[in-house]
Amino acid sequence: MSDGHDHDHPHEPITSDGEPAAAARARALEALLVEKGIVTREDVRRGIDWLVSRSPADGARLVARAWVDPDFKSRLLADARDAALELGLDPGPSPVVEALENTESVHNLVVCTLCSCYPRALLGPPPAWYKSLPYRSRAVSDPRGVLHEFGVDLDDDVELRVHDSTADIRYLVVPRRPAGTDSLTEDELAALVTRDAMIGVAQPEAPVAA
Amino acid sequence: MTFRAGQRVRVSPRAHRGHHRTPGYIKGKVGTVERVHGTFTNPETRSYGGDGLPEEALYLVGFEQGMVWPDYDRRDRIFVDVFEHWLEEAE
Repeated sequence: MSDGHDHDHPHEPITSDGEPAAAARARALEALLVEKGIVTREDVRRGIDWLVSRSPADGARLVARAWVDPDFKSRLLADARDAALELGLDPGPSPVVEALENTESVHNLVVCTLCSCYPRALLGPPPAWYKSLPYRSRAVSDPRGVLHEFGVDLDDDVELRVHDSTADIRYLVVPRRPAGTDSLTEDELAALVTRDAMIGVAQPEAPVAA
Repeated sequence: MTFRAGQRVRVSPRAHRGHHRTPGYIKGKVGTVERVHGTFTNPETRSYGGDGLPEEALYLVGFEQGMVWPDYDRRDRIFVDVFEHWLEEAE
């Protein structure tokens, strides 16, 4: 197989056994940082372990508590970091975490157009589509079209608020509690709250009656 | 903090070489300060090994979508966190 292009210096094929270019670059950067003594391999392992140990179940606990306890909801909307700590959850390293409440008249959607800022401590690693260029560009310019593709069609009188996480603040959507869930326990409610709902691309639904 | 909630602000249209956190689609656009987040280190120096000091005020700025995208025909809004040195008073 040819390398597919012509230029004036020889080199090995850029790809190695199907490893994505970004992964190869990350590996090279890690090797350099370790070599320069800026991080250790153990730091990197611990960071990855922390990241993959996080899960949207934590965010869902915040939402379910807010659904059943109006006072807690007020505290969550005022300071989501404090509210997470109150439930014994790790709000992560971001200095400010902000919860955005969906209501009858307002729907919130979160994006990071510049990279992939995301409340990882409370939601776990972001989905691949959240980091994709199409989502990052269209979530700001055609958010209703994006929501439609996710199966969410907002009424005309609902204001859609897109939040572009460009700085130190991390945003988490508090979706609306679905109708028909009055008899559910807090744990059962938390099970209805998906990662996508806390990004703002889905609306929780009541469980189908058995 | 130069600006306060409710104030109209324009995002500077200037270009910037190197890392910065002001997305191009709001450059030159006028919005409203929704909230003052406080002060944070400046990513434009922090990203090059600097300490990001002095801290800069960071504002939550809301824009009418129709002002940002000419073809946008709903009364939706977009909110962006913008550092003070990218903002100027609008009328």
